[in-house]
Amino acid sequence: MAGPRRSQGPGPSQAEDASGEPCALGQRHLQRLAPAHVDQKVSELVQYLLVKDQKKIPIRRADILKNIIKDYKGVYSEIIKRASRTLQQVTMVFGLQLVEIDTKHHIYILVSNLPRLEGEDLKQDDSTAKLGLLTVILSFLFMKGNAAKESAVWEMLRRLRIDPGMRHEVFGDVKKLVTEEFVRQKYLEYNRIPHTDPPEFEFQWGARAAKETSKMQILRFVAKIQSKDPEAWSTQYNEAAAEVTATGGLFQDTRPLGDTGGASQGARRRNRSAHSQPERPVS
Amino acid sequence: MAAQMTDGHRRFLQVLMSHGIMEGSVARTLHKDCCEIHKVYYAHDKLDDFISVVNLHLQPLFMQIRKGMSEDDGRTYYALVNLAETEITKMASDYTENELELFRKTMDLIILSESGFASSTNILNLADQLKTKKMKKKEAEQVLQNLVQDKWLSERDGEYTLHTRCIMEMEQYILNNYQDLARKCNICRSLAIQSQICETCGIGMHLPCAGKYFKAQTEPHCPHCNEFWPHEIPEINRPDSQLSSSASTERRGPSASGTRRR
Repeated sequence: MAGPRRSQGPGPSQAEDASGEPCALGQRHLQRLAPAHVDQKVSELVQYLLVKDQKKIPIRRADILKNIIKDYKGVYSEIIKRASRTLQQVTMVFGLQLVEIDTKHHIYILVSNLPRLEGEDLKQDDSTAKLGLLTVILSFLFMKGNAAKESAVWEMLRRLRIDPGMRHEVFGDVKKLVTEEFVRQKYLEYNRIPHTDPPEFEFQWGARAAKETSKMQILRFVAKIQSKDPEAWSTQYNEAAAEVTATGGLFQDTRPLGDTGGASQGARRRNRSAHSQPERPVS
Repeated sequence: MAAQMTDGHRRFLQVLMSHGIMEGSVARTLHKDCCEIHKVYYAHDKLDDFISVVNLHLQPLFMQIRKGMSEDDGRTYYALVNLAETEITKMASDYTENELELFRKTMDLIILSESGFASSTNILNLADQLKTKKMKKKEAEQVLQNLVQDKWLSERDGEYTLHTRCIMEMEQYILNNYQDLARKCNICRSLAIQSQICETCGIGMHLPCAGKYFKAQTEPHCPHCNEFWPHEIPEINRPDSQLSSSASTERRGPSASGTRRR
């Protein structure tokens, strides 16, 4: 069941006149051609979402318009209408939900709605290690009251023998990974603290982190590392419990992160031996 | 088959998608785990039925979990592929126009070659002839690295061929676009990028298919023209060892079944 051939690049499509503008005649053509081409565009859109999300790249509406819709702006609303039906199929088959994480700029990610588990092995070890590092940072941020200065985060990592100033055996350029890659993937936010000169920056959880894990899961992670009860930190526990109530108790299990890859216990053990981390991150 | 999707099926699909391509035994383990986790009915030899359920629901999305064979070791692999034959849409989401052009030209070199490999030198020389936008050699090297990482190409000793995942995804596209220029294996009838070719009549065979077909024949002959088969017959060893053309002293029993590509 093949889709029709996609138009290859610039140049008038059949629905436009030679100047590339949809004309009255073009509109009639568009209406005649629309159904099959619209279906194809919907199919391309689904592919685009799946491919981008595999790389943890948030999907912008602007990019969808530029890369997928392209010459078909005239039927954009039709494409989106059919796309939402198709996306329901995607959710039903893949267990993936399209979530808008930025309603102002219309940015989306795909989130798994499957119950999450311990000891999953979804991606190569490289990603698992990165997510382990991310979990440590998210934990630190949460325990510090949801934000921490950049300098505090580096200090914490240095104590784990991960120095942002030096090339790391597994993570490479740690500073770039944390301030660029994690930020681009929306796991972290890296914001300038106002009225600081020279400018100082602070980290917070990003929108994807908020969607893929929860305060309770992170707190349980910290509690496990420190062999304490989550309730030992009453402020954080209350905050985490409030979030659970607010989200309708969606996050029930104990694993801190991830739909496609995560810091499983095995990975944490591997990470510890690989990086000679001490048993406890600083809280 | 009116079977429903369960979370077991969904988890399998998510994991497969995140890997891109998965070897048979890994897929079987994943099948078992997914069924156990979600308390779904499990029978160890029913992976293909399990996958059929997923495929039924993937059809409206023009996707499919396909079963294929590696040209290197003859092992079975599973990959999530697009059914749209005419465009490389999955790649198009990830690569720019000139990167795609470089890939298409690389694919030309690979398919038109005898060995099924293109040297990195020849590929890099294409970089500044691209019609869409010229590319520096350094840039082209990076693109090649990305293509290998994304499992569209695989690299061996500075030469590039199509990754199993790429062959599985693009077989129809390649057969449509290259037609007679693309070789088909005389044994399994699927697209053959790397092959042994009869010097007399020109038919070709995958190396693993040749290994199986000529197994234990002291004087291999071409199945089509009966001339002596001039190539060294690959040994079919245990599935987890690479096929090598040099004689191996360890023969550990019959080759794995399921190497036929659909």
